[in-house]
Amino acid sequence: MIWLNIVIQGALVGGFYALFACGLSLMFGVLKVINLAHGDMAVVAGYVAVFLAPHLHIPGLWSFVIVVPLFALVGYVLQRTLIQKSIDRDPFTTLLVTFGLSVVIENLLLEIYSANGQTVNIGQLITKSWHPASIIYVSYVSLGVLAVAVAVLGVLQLFLSKTGTGRLIRAVADDREAAQLSGANYRHIFGIAAAIAFATVALAGIAYGMMTQFAPTSGGINLLFAFEAVVIGGIGSLWGTLVGGIALGVAQQFGAHINPQYQVLAGNVLFLLVLAVRPQGLFGKKTALS
Amino acid sequence: MSDSLLEVKELSVYHGQLRAIDDVTLSLREGEILAMIGANGAGKSTLLRTIAGLHKPSSGAVLFEGTDIAKLTPNRRVALGISLVPEGRRLFASMTLEENLQVGAYRANKGPFSIERVYELFDWMPSRRKQSTWQLSGGEQQAVAIGRALVANPKVLLLDELSLGLAPIVIERIYALVPEIVAHGVSILLVEQDVAQGVAVADRVHCLLEGRTSLVGTPPDLTSDQIDRAYFGADISHSNTTGDAAE
Repeated sequence: MIWLNIVIQGALVGGFYALFACGLSLMFGVLKVINLAHGDMAVVAGYVAVFLAPHLHIPGLWSFVIVVPLFALVGYVLQRTLIQKSIDRDPFTTLLVTFGLSVVIENLLLEIYSANGQTVNIGQLITKSWHPASIIYVSYVSLGVLAVAVAVLGVLQLFLSKTGTGRLIRAVADDREAAQLSGANYRHIFGIAAAIAFATVALAGIAYGMMTQFAPTSGGINLLFAFEAVVIGGIGSLWGTLVGGIALGVAQQFGAHINPQYQVLAGNVLFLLVLAVRPQGLFGKKTALS
Repeated sequence: MSDSLLEVKELSVYHGQLRAIDDVTLSLREGEILAMIGANGAGKSTLLRTIAGLHKPSSGAVLFEGTDIAKLTPNRRVALGISLVPEGRRLFASMTLEENLQVGAYRANKGPFSIERVYELFDWMPSRRKQSTWQLSGGEQQAVAIGRALVANPKVLLLDELSLGLAPIVIERIYALVPEIVAHGVSILLVEQDVAQGVAVADRVHCLLEGRTSLVGTPPDLTSDQIDRAYFGADISHSNTTGDAAE
């Protein structure tokens, strides 16, 4: 029963990791940009949900209604200006620019909101859970986040494979020049991909704020977990990211069960094992590495 | 010069320090097939890529239907009616045959070509439309690349090294399509290393040597000797004797 609980709790955390990671995966897959400010964007989304939404009389649980479209817009604009400018120079510049962005965001948040922890207030819902067996408690919030993660990945997968715009995104990811020669304005397509990535990271940030406390510097550790989920699952595979996130979550729960200090360590060990044994990730194609 | 669809005027293009195209002027008339021939590194592909908008010229102009298109991005040029079939096919590897054509058709101009029309042109395609492009042979991939460009309904089709890596029989079959494409009102500027193939299909031939124009003419008027000299540079036998004399 203890083991079952470890798997269940791991899978629940894994859903959050996947939700957090899919935008990172999309940015890397399509734009070839490793967004080092990805985690900080999630934190900003949390702050917007905590401080802006109440002004508009929107309860915490529904804050995504305004935060997600706002972040999609921010993602598009940021891509068409700052990130595109750095892509035009060289790949290394994108690392520097997004790293710089990360530093600026963290310090601005510290300056404005101090280092105090914040949570997205969802009232009594946070304490509610489903209790199917003696020691197993499934928090409604965590279950909801897992469901949202699965839904987001499913919709994204359908969008990429069935719609014209989705096909163009894949075309640009495959071969940017050939996509241009087929009439695609790749800068606009990049903007759309960034908008989607930012929308998903906004969801992840709000989810994080509901599940636990966050502070201006919370982005870094979550970015690390997101990276691990993407690499374990395999770059370029959305469902792989979900499986990677769940595998990471289960490994962490397993480590925590042995000794609470081993939680992060166990995740990192799994990550290194996958890198050593199957560098393309569980669902990745070998060609993605070349 | 109103009958010129595409004009290249005194065009120079650099790759870093290297001048890949040096003061080249040419024009393509409506309904014409113009073949650019030349050895490896003569600048043929660079010229096509510059016309398609993938390289920026350092001087000179590219005019399409009389207007300068130098500032336009490649996708804007596709919208005007210039499509390039790039060297090496460059199909979208994660996609099926049909999806490749759908990408080409997404921002298509109005015209005679549709995915269905391409399926009529290449009758083997419908039964294999769900296959990934890496499952296709080189010649089949080349056909998909041509189809992907055709569904955009270009006025000018730029073909870069169709014969690259293909068996002679396959090359022949691909080139047999060229007149049929022209019959639909498409003008063609093609680049070919295979001189015989280029000369056979073209209305006019334009030879490049180290980035410069070395010969222009219509195939019936050109002797193979003239073409050899334009293709390789100085007459081979002559350069030998001058070399001896210098020593």
